[in-house]
Amino acid sequence: MDSSNPLIIFLASIFTHNIALVYILGMCPFIVISKTYKSAVGMGAAVIFTVTLTAVINWPIYWLILVPLHSEILAFLVFIIVIAATVQLVEMIIEKFFPPLQASFGIFLPLITVNCIVLAVSLFMVLRNYNFVQTVTYSSGTAAGWSMAIIVMAAIKEKLGLIGDIPSGLRGPGITMIIAGIMALAFIGFAGIITL
Amino acid sequence: MPEDKTKTSIKQREWYKVLTMGMWNDHPLFCMILGICSSLAITNKMDNALAMGAGVTFCTVFGSLFVSLLRKVIPARVRMLAYMTIIATFVICTDRFLKAFFPPISLAMGPYVGLIITNCILMGRAEAFAIQKGPWLSVLDAIGCGVGYSAVLILMALVREPMGFGTLLGQTVMPKIWTNWVILTIAPGAFFLLGVYLWILRTLAKKTE
Repeated sequence: MDSSNPLIIFLASIFTHNIALVYILGMCPFIVISKTYKSAVGMGAAVIFTVTLTAVINWPIYWLILVPLHSEILAFLVFIIVIAATVQLVEMIIEKFFPPLQASFGIFLPLITVNCIVLAVSLFMVLRNYNFVQTVTYSSGTAAGWSMAIIVMAAIKEKLGLIGDIPSGLRGPGITMIIAGIMALAFIGFAGIITL
Repeated sequence: MPEDKTKTSIKQREWYKVLTMGMWNDHPLFCMILGICSSLAITNKMDNALAMGAGVTFCTVFGSLFVSLLRKVIPARVRMLAYMTIIATFVICTDRFLKAFFPPISLAMGPYVGLIITNCILMGRAEAFAIQKGPWLSVLDAIGCGVGYSAVLILMALVREPMGFGTLLGQTVMPKIWTNWVILTIAPGAFFLLGVYLWILRTLAKKTE
């Protein structure tokens, strides 16, 4: 079992092991939804919430049900069904009890099911043998790191839109990749600070 | 005369259109910006790229085939869950196959094999095509998309592995004087390279229009 301090895992998953800029995951919404600052914030909040929740649900399912039954082979299937079901449930609860919240991030929830980071967090958690506390800090840290990246990206793109002198072929996803590359370069600077 | 007729009409035939759609016009990566995560993360080695391309093609083909066969049975409300269950089954097959026959590649790709499930291309093809059309056309469509996607993975790995590691498929290809561009083997290099590819392709596509 990995014995790292949960707090270190939290910081590492935000900075040195940022899931968007080091592992390159969750790119589809990262490119599509980073057009405006406001929607990036909404997506970020929805991701933090869902990723933490699904990791917390998947951990006991894997270690207390699948492992004793020797059915680890079903992990992918079970994880993805749990994720889809959780997202659906959260969507219904929000719709029913928190209508104002629905307006701000409800529309992003259906998109999250196919966001790779939700599944990736569950897979990494199994791969690295995290215990329950480590899973909680790892999943929340990862989601926070991803949200930070998409919010920064949206802010840069909004400013860039003001200048608006980009070659036509590079507009949209092209320039997003270049900005992401520069951001990833900056994140390499964190690399030596914490080692997992 | 009849032979001439088939030559001119091959481009009008539906199967040909469907097959080539995913390879160029509707290319999953360049035109629709889908499935980027895996294409960037694992293309620093050619063998990983080949395994990923084959895995995605396999899962898309069989996923589309089964979604198409079951399209009359799947209720519209839970179709997403149905796609995911079907796709996840084939992804598990791929994962087990790689673990059994290519353990080093499986180790290097780690969780990215499992993440084929959330590759938007698979869901996209199921939702946009397989749920409406018959199995034969769905398989062709899936092959087109899978091949188009694999081609980009190979194209990326073709630049990243020789320039980043000085090797291709594990064989040294660069002269001794070459200094490896380590940046190309990690995330920033992947972002820059795809950005440049997108730039070139979009500019070219605009000119041919």
